[in-house]
Amino acid sequence: MKIDKNTINKIARLSRIKLDDKESEDYIKDLNSILDWVEQLNEVNTENVEPLSNISSSILPKREDVSKDTNSSEEILENAPDKLEGFFAVPKVVE
Amino acid sequence: MNNLIKGEKHDWEMVIGLEIHAQVKSNSKLFSSSSTKFGSSPNSQVSLVDAAMPGMLPVINKYCVEQAVKTGVGLNAKINNYSVFDRKNYFYADLPQGYQISQYKYPIVGEGKVTIDFKDGTSKDIRIVRLHLEQDAGKSLHDQNPSKTYVDLNRSGVALMEIVSEPDIRTPDEAGMYISKIRSILMYLDTCDGNMQEGSLRADVNISVRKPGYEYGTRCEIKNLNSIKFIKQAINYEAKRQIEILESGGSIEQNTMLFNTSTGKTRPMRNKEEAHDYRYFPDPDLLPLEISEEEIGKIKSSIPELPDELKNKFIETYKLSNYDASVLTAEKQTSDYFNETINSDPELKNYAKIVVNWITSELFSLLNKNNQDLNNSPVSPENLGQLIKLISTNEISGKIAKDVLEDMFSSGKTARQIVDEKGLQQVTDQGEIAKVIDEVIAENPKMVEQYLAGKDKLLGFFVGQAMKLTKGKANPKMLNDILKQKLNKKN
Repeated sequence: MKIDKNTINKIARLSRIKLDDKESEDYIKDLNSILDWVEQLNEVNTENVEPLSNISSSILPKREDVSKDTNSSEEILENAPDKLEGFFAVPKVVE
Repeated sequence: MNNLIKGEKHDWEMVIGLEIHAQVKSNSKLFSSSSTKFGSSPNSQVSLVDAAMPGMLPVINKYCVEQAVKTGVGLNAKINNYSVFDRKNYFYADLPQGYQISQYKYPIVGEGKVTIDFKDGTSKDIRIVRLHLEQDAGKSLHDQNPSKTYVDLNRSGVALMEIVSEPDIRTPDEAGMYISKIRSILMYLDTCDGNMQEGSLRADVNISVRKPGYEYGTRCEIKNLNSIKFIKQAINYEAKRQIEILESGGSIEQNTMLFNTSTGKTRPMRNKEEAHDYRYFPDPDLLPLEISEEEIGKIKSSIPELPDELKNKFIETYKLSNYDASVLTAEKQTSDYFNETINSDPELKNYAKIVVNWITSELFSLLNKNNQDLNNSPVSPENLGQLIKLISTNEISGKIAKDVLEDMFSSGKTARQIVDEKGLQQVTDQGEIAKVIDEVIAENPKMVEQYLAGKDKLLGFFVGQAMKLTKGKANPKMLNDILKQKLNKKN
């Protein structure tokens, strides 16, 4: 798999990161070398092997269904660039 | 039944599949301890996990997992001992994580099916592909300010069960019946409150059209419909739109649509190519979810009677029709009310059909008229049972019983109290009825003449007069019989 200019632009757009031309070139180089390295794994035959989701042998810890009164509004909104009456205010997104 | 839409050159068939999103009825969210309560002030139920603050880790709610398993069992589905949580990545203001934790390749529940019943007594199975657990998103308000969108994260992280059907549905009505059935099952299981207005239950509809017997056409997905009425409207509009395009030689573009509830039209969503690049991958913050057969068994044993079982029981025990039984069992509160009514007196078992009618027509119409719910009906099951007993023992007539029920509804008194206070007991004394009839006959000699000359319709007039004199209390059957006897004797 080769990362080209189009792919890097798409990834940047999906991540909401703005890259200039110089940065794009750098990332294309970096990502390609990472992928090349990882691609060595293709030499291993993985037929009939289920994908692994986690290498830990521990069991998913679970909690009881108890709700805690957070009353979080003030704390949660503290870093918001814009807010109104307890809501986050963001640029209009209409869909 | 003809499910086809007439086209210009040939008929068209709709092919419909539903993705139902049902909020798990739990106290706290799927991966955090924030409350799930609806309608609280904005952003008051948001933990640092829900707000996706750096370094916060999700911890799964055991109860939500059990509810998903329970629902799976209720949908006659396979429960998977091993499932995995994945990140579904997309960028939106009401999704602070930038991804939704969902299940992609390994859902908690696999294939199942539900049955829908038609009025004509036939039924149809709709196959379920899967049920998986995922997080709900926050809520965006777009219409409060011309340049801003307001975001409330209270809903962010609430557990959802997404129930995906095979494209087995063929008409808007079937789609409505399918979602009603799912809703009914969820409410019997008590795994979702089924409140479509508050958005606890909503659906995405996939729809395509085809020439019957041919391959499936290209489908479009209509997002986020929160009433059965809108689901049917959206399907009808979208099918018509697709047929028009195909008949004028065009082709359908696979698209995600939004339904405008005020215009009744669908339109494509923007930014679709980006919206579909979800880049699923296993969430490294969560281990796979493993459930043992023992745990599944324990959950299975806790499952109450479901609507289909209960329906069959009602048909068998009380000899009710399939239709009556399905009306009774569609909502749990209705079947509970029926059970309590019929069990309030041992003799009522023999009058099951009358009990059904009094609940589903008389009581329901009073509740509707007063904008009230069966759950807080002013007439208790015991009191309704007592009223029906008064009818079944001929103490009051059915007609008077309707007035008594209205009185019970507004005053909260028992049927017995009202009947005693107002002296509404039916007159069943032969002599007393005969006396009234004699009076009526004596007062209307001309009518009697006409009746005897063959004007049979006049019988109703005599009945009416006699009822008037007894203030509606005469036993109608006895009144009729004695009246006929007396009139015919004159001949």
